[in-house]
This record gives sequence, C-alpha cells and structure tokens, in this order.
Amino acid sequence: MADVLENIGEKTIEHLDYVGSLNIQWWATIRAMAQALPFIGNRYRWRATVKQMLEIGVDAMPMVSLMAICTGFIFAMQGASELRRFGALRYVVDLVAVGFTRELGPLLTAIAVSGRSGSAFAAEIGTMKVTEELDSLRVMALDPVEFVLAPKCLAALISVPCLSIVSNVFGIVAGGLFMLFSIHLTPALYLHYVFEAIDLRDVVMGLIKSVVFGTIIAQVGCLEGFRVRGGPDSVGRSTTTAVVKSTFLVIVADAIFTAIFYFTVKH
Amino acid sequence: MAPIISVRDLVVEYDGRRVLNELNLDIERGETMVLLGGSGSGKSTLLRQIIALERPKSGTIQVNGTDITNCSKSELKKMRRSIGVAFQSAALFNSLNVEDNVALPLREHTRLAPSIIELVVWIKLAAVGLADYGKLFPQELSGGMKKRAAVARALALGPEILVLDEPSAGLDPIVAAELDELILLLKETLQMTVIVVTHELPSAFRIADRIAMLYQGSFSTVGTKDEVKANQSPRVRQFLDRIPGDIAKTSAVSAHFEKYLHSAEAY
Repeated sequence: MADVLENIGEKTIEHLDYVGSLNIQWWATIRAMAQALPFIGNRYRWRATVKQMLEIGVDAMPMVSLMAICTGFIFAMQGASELRRFGALRYVVDLVAVGFTRELGPLLTAIAVSGRSGSAFAAEIGTMKVTEELDSLRVMALDPVEFVLAPKCLAALISVPCLSIVSNVFGIVAGGLFMLFSIHLTPALYLHYVFEAIDLRDVVMGLIKSVVFGTIIAQVGCLEGFRVRGGPDSVGRSTTTAVVKSTFLVIVADAIFTAIFYFTVKH
Repeated sequence: MAPIISVRDLVVEYDGRRVLNELNLDIERGETMVLLGGSGSGKSTLLRQIIALERPKSGTIQVNGTDITNCSKSELKKMRRSIGVAFQSAALFNSLNVEDNVALPLREHTRLAPSIIELVVWIKLAAVGLADYGKLFPQELSGGMKKRAAVARALALGPEILVLDEPSAGLDPIVAAELDELILLLKETLQMTVIVVTHELPSAFRIADRIAMLYQGSFSTVGTKDEVKANQSPRVRQFLDRIPGDIAKTSAVSAHFEKYLHSAEAY
C-alpha cells in the first residue's frame, strides 16, 4: 500500500514539475519573443523565424492538404450514408463546413505539425544539448531561449493557423467534390451552402484553437529537447515523448476550448 | 597584482554526492593553468563552475573581481564576453559553416560592419591555420580541424581568458602536438590567460605554466611543472607514473568475487 502511495506521489510530483517547467519556459519565451519580431527585434532571429515558418508551414502543406482531402471525403461519405436515410443529404455541406472550420481543420493540422515539427524541435534541441551547443551559446552570452526557442515558437504561432486555413479549404473542397459526384450539386450552389452554414465566429474559433495548438506543440517539443539527459539514445526518446505529449495536450486543449465555446455561445 | 580568477572554498554537490570539496585556487593573469586529473576527478566540473554554466553549493569564484556565483545577469553577460571557451566536442553549430560559426559572437555582440566581421573572422581562422577552410561545414572537418575552429570561435571577441576543455582528447599524437603548439603560440602572441583541462600528461607538461592536479574533488597538488614533477605524494606519483589501481582490491569488486566463489563452491 505504501509503495502504491509512494508511486502515485512520485508521479504527481513528476507531472507537476513538468507543468511548472512548461510554464517557466512559456514565460521566458514570451519575454524573448520580441527579439524574434521583424523591425523591432534582432534581424538574425527574424531570419531564423522565417526559416522555421518555411519548415513548419510551407514544407507541411502537401501533407496537411492530403490529410484534409482524405478526411473531407471520409467525413462527407460517412455523413451522407446516415443523412440519406432522413432525406437530409443537403446537410452534408453543413456537416463538412462547420466540422472543418471549428474542429477538424485545426485538429488535423495540429496532429500533422506535432508529428513533423514537434519531434524535429525535440531532436534538434536535444542534439544541441548532447553536443554541448547549448552550453556553447550560454558561454557566448547568448540566451538559448531567445536564440533557439523564440523563433520556433513565433513561427509555430504564425504557421499553424495558416495551415489550418489551408486544411479547412481542402477539406471543404473534398466535401464539394463528393457532393458533385454523388448528387451533382454544382460548385456554386455548394459554396453558397457553405457560406450559409459557417459564420465568422466558427472561423475565429478555429484560428484561436490553432494558435493554442501551435504554442503547445512548440513548447512541448522544445521542452523535451531541453530535458534531454545523457547520450544520443535519450534524444530518440525525447522525440517520441514530444509527439505523444503534444498530441495528448492538443486534444485536451481542444476538448476544453470546445466546451468553453459550447457553454458560452448562445445557440 | 590580483589573480584574474580566484576560487574560494568551492563546494559542488550532485544529488547530495560531493564532487568538488572546498577547493581554493588562484589563476594569475597571463599564465597557462592546466587542470590535470583522471576521469571523474572533477576537473570538467570545476571548469563548468569557472565559466558559470553551473552554480556551486557554496563558495565563491571571482573573475576579474566579480563574484560570478552571486552576480546580476548583466554582470554575468559581461564576464562571459571576456572568456572564450572551446568545448571538448568543439560544439560548433552544424547548420553554420566555419566562417559563420566564428562570426556568430561578433554579429551578436558587436555593431561591426559585415566587411569588418569578415576580415576579423579571416584573421581568427588564419591564426588557427584554417583560413582556407571557412566555407566548409563542421561535419566536413577532421577532429583536429574542428577543435581549431572551436578555438577560433573562442578567440572571436578577443577574450582575456581562453578556456579549453580536453583539447587533445580523441586526437592522434601528431595533431595533439600541433594543437599544443597552437596554444603556446596564441598565449605568446595574444598574452592571454589560458586554462586547459586535460588528462594527457605530455600535453599538460608542454603547455602549462602551473598545474593543478585534482583527485576525487580535491587538489592533490598545485604548482609549477617542476614542483608537480618532484611531488612525492602517492596520488600524484600514481598519476604521473601511470601506475594502475588494483581494481580487485576495491570493496565492491571483492564482494562480487566472494559471492561468485561461494556460489561456485555450492554448485
């Protein structure tokens, strides 16, 4: 019994320590992020931010687009198979449009970015730690948070919402293609229904979620990198942990946000 | 003249295990101090304390009169700019070529024009014999070249103190000897204080003005090369005469053997 309690206590302290570290790192990033901004910040940091935006955003576009197209088709087909029974096939448009802008677009994007970039952040920073590059930055009087983390976090904050919009567009287009081939709904009419179904609040809600997801992915990925201890094997472990933890936290955050929006917005 | 580095009653502990035990050491301006000792003796830990990468449990370290164990961030930053460090693994940034690695501290800490930075970088690389290799990336360099590039980067801001962690570790005797000559040349031409951590005896006796020998977290001797050579303390003699320790006499090993013999007899 004592062992069980000890184990629970130990795990609780571990998790609290993790949350604490995440908070400290987040505040440090916010303080350092001004340096990564264009015009007012350090031009080398802004250059690093642009490089990161290309890696997180542009390089991920084919993958995110393909995922959105497949999910759009799946969503439309599954919805149609049920709604057809009630003669409500037209509402597939609402399902796809609202589902993507509020939920699927940001969530799919976050999962893709977490797998691609979250793991890459952990691997890069972990390797820098193992090879003493982070120490080398410190002894050169350079702050690793400002030098390494701030550009990544800012890039994620900008890129993830942009990717979410791309995901929304491709998902909705896939739904439109399904409607065109299944009930010959014209693209113009489909678009008309789409704009009727969604309003600005849905888009903004999705974008707010994306910003939060981007922050979670960047923070968790970088923290896992900074927490690497020992040799190259721990770098491998940190990348896996980064993906698992960031995906989990993204889904938890999504649930919290959806609940907040559901209970605060008038229906 | 006051010593450039003054270590007083320095105690370092990791998880309650004492690694450095009330160390006292003065390093005079312009001298080459070699920290000598076996693996796990605490020499790299002492070095990390001197360059303020870690904080001690107690004691003080004064660099140029500033207590770096208890100073403000700005003072620490200023102190770090006066120390150039070349790590054991060289710790060059793999994403930057050699020129950019050397230029990094200049770009970050000075307002020099790019053309001037280029010139300074060339001078630093020429000083370590790498003037023709500036466009190469770290992964394209040999072990010895990487270490020289790391020295060039450490020299970039014209530091008062040059710190070298195991400069000849993992290098063949010829390259190691070349590096020793480079250290002597740099010290002679730039008149800087040099601290070298090593366990290579030929290298230590070639470059040192004074040697501080560590054994299990305490100094077994501190003195000039001749004083250390003449020292008759068993610890010093064992290290200098390369006498192997009797591993079978250590309690853990003998206990293991005893257990093994008992089980063999029972069998």
